[in-house]
Amino acid sequence: MKTVLEARNLNKYFEKPVLFHVLKDINFKVQQSEFVSIMGKSGCGKSTLLYILSTMDTGYKGELYLNDKLITGQPRDELSYIRNKHIGFVFQFHYLLAEFSVLENVMLPAKKLAEKSNTEIKHDAVEKLRILGIENLANKKASRISGGEKQRVAIARALINNPSIIMGDEPTGNLDSYNSENVFNIFKQLSEEQGLSLLVVTHDKDFADKTDRIIEMGDGSIIS
Amino acid sequence: MINWKLILSIAKTHLITKIKQTSIAALGVTFGIGSYITLVGFMTGLNGMLDDLILNQTPHVHIFNEIEPSEKQPVAIYKEFENAFNIVHSVKPKQTQRKIHNALPIIQHLNKDKLVRGALPQIKTQIFYIAGSIELGGNLTGIEVLKEASLFNFEDYITQGTAESLHISDNGILLGAGIAEKMSLKLGDRVQISTITGDIFPLKIVGIYQSGIADLDNIQSFANLKTVQRILGEPENYITDINVKLYDIENALPLAKKIEQQFNLTAIDINTANAQFETGTTIRNLITYAVSLTLLIVAGFGIYNILNMLIYEKMNDIAILKATGFSGKDVQMIFMTQAIIIGLVGGILGLIIGYILSSVIDQIPFQTEALPTIATYPINYNPWFYVIGISFAMISTFLAGYLPSLKARKIDPVNIIRGQ
Repeated sequence: MKTVLEARNLNKYFEKPVLFHVLKDINFKVQQSEFVSIMGKSGCGKSTLLYILSTMDTGYKGELYLNDKLITGQPRDELSYIRNKHIGFVFQFHYLLAEFSVLENVMLPAKKLAEKSNTEIKHDAVEKLRILGIENLANKKASRISGGEKQRVAIARALINNPSIIMGDEPTGNLDSYNSENVFNIFKQLSEEQGLSLLVVTHDKDFADKTDRIIEMGDGSIIS
Repeated sequence: MINWKLILSIAKTHLITKIKQTSIAALGVTFGIGSYITLVGFMTGLNGMLDDLILNQTPHVHIFNEIEPSEKQPVAIYKEFENAFNIVHSVKPKQTQRKIHNALPIIQHLNKDKLVRGALPQIKTQIFYIAGSIELGGNLTGIEVLKEASLFNFEDYITQGTAESLHISDNGILLGAGIAEKMSLKLGDRVQISTITGDIFPLKIVGIYQSGIADLDNIQSFANLKTVQRILGEPENYITDINVKLYDIENALPLAKKIEQQFNLTAIDINTANAQFETGTTIRNLITYAVSLTLLIVAGFGIYNILNMLIYEKMNDIAILKATGFSGKDVQMIFMTQAIIIGLVGGILGLIIGYILSSVIDQIPFQTEALPTIATYPINYNPWFYVIGISFAMISTFLAGYLPSLKARKIDPVNIIRGQ
């Protein structure tokens, strides 16, 4: 099976307010179409790890591979491109651009990638919204829809460039149980039907138990 | 690689959804540029008018025969007293004629010069205006009126009558407005003048002359060159002054020096004659630019402020754009584009408003005794002001947008996403 994401000997220190060793020798792999969750207490470094894996945080030691390619030490513009093309994000807070319509929000990363024409992008975006069952919201403003709907729009946006992996930082943390369930099912479906890898940081034990694998973290190391 | 279409569309959406703030920022620029255009047009218009008041009537080089004592007294060239200490009491001016020797050939020579636009002869003489038993002192200047009109805008100062009517009249006079008033004379009346030698001549008033300088208007009158020569009983080559107008005023000083050496005459250039005037103009321009610059800088700070606030409001958007693959440069360009759009729209509106305000001022009546030719406030519509205005709008918005956009570029998305 193909390895999508691999971390080798990741170490990170916070220098302020005092020198603090946040991540200690993290090693793990995520395989294709694997649904992995990261669990751990607050402050154990799981979000920090996720932001390093997402390439947004570059202040770490160790090596990071995406699709067997080393991405540690790449220039910022290259990292932006990698995020754009290979990584989809879903956050706890929905982070849509409030002034744009739902459809435009979904289309933006693809427009940035500029590999397809605008009509193709639009077609793709509508398709993604349809998969998530919210194509009727396409022309609404992002600020005018409910929290559960926003999270599904965010997932559609994460999918638009057909990434290798989707990362989530407590994507259900802000949702009621009905919507949590819904989001989980969508993730599960994506991993099973489209062979997408998923890496989700969560506090929700029920959510984590249903995933393929749980990475348990404590005090900056992987416990199990 | 930057996808300009995408960046433009994001910038546009930001601007349109925040239309209130956008318009306020643009209005700041509009106000700055508009007042710059109005102010600079009005001020330089006034300056130009005041300059013209003096410069149009003033020849670039004025050539005449100065009455002065000889620089070398005869005793100094007397060999036997060469090493002596000579004292000459009560030095008198040199006995010389007032007329310029060989004036007509000199004029011909000057008119051939490539730098010279025209050289005109004049005869200046003292006369008395006679009103009953009262004699008023004054100056009569003999001129070639049509050439004066074409070179020195002489016609601007004829408030009644025309230059043409003086030209065709053999015994006509253009009477100074001050004298006309004092003597209750009007167009078509006759005035008697007497020369210093006592000869009395009746002249017909074919026009009234008003320069705007009261002291001058109280004494000065004009007549044809030939009329004055006849009054004085002098031949046709009797010329006391030559006024030279050049194509480029900068050549006045060297030409004056050359004429002094070549013809042994006194030649005064315009800059020497009006040095204090030049200073006034410079300082007025300085004030204009200082005020305009202040206005534009204030407008620039307005833009800076509003973009800064916009970026604080859009922190989340910036983070999400960066997380989904927009580079720092893309984000910076989004905000720079907004600044430049604000500058361009505000600047162009400013130019239009400046032009409209200028036109309005241009219509306001402005009549003053001192300036007979002016009917409304003068405005300078120099296109350079508009070029400078729009350039400054663009530059100041660019600078005002640069710092905030640089901040947006450097924002770390992790900090914002985690900070929630």
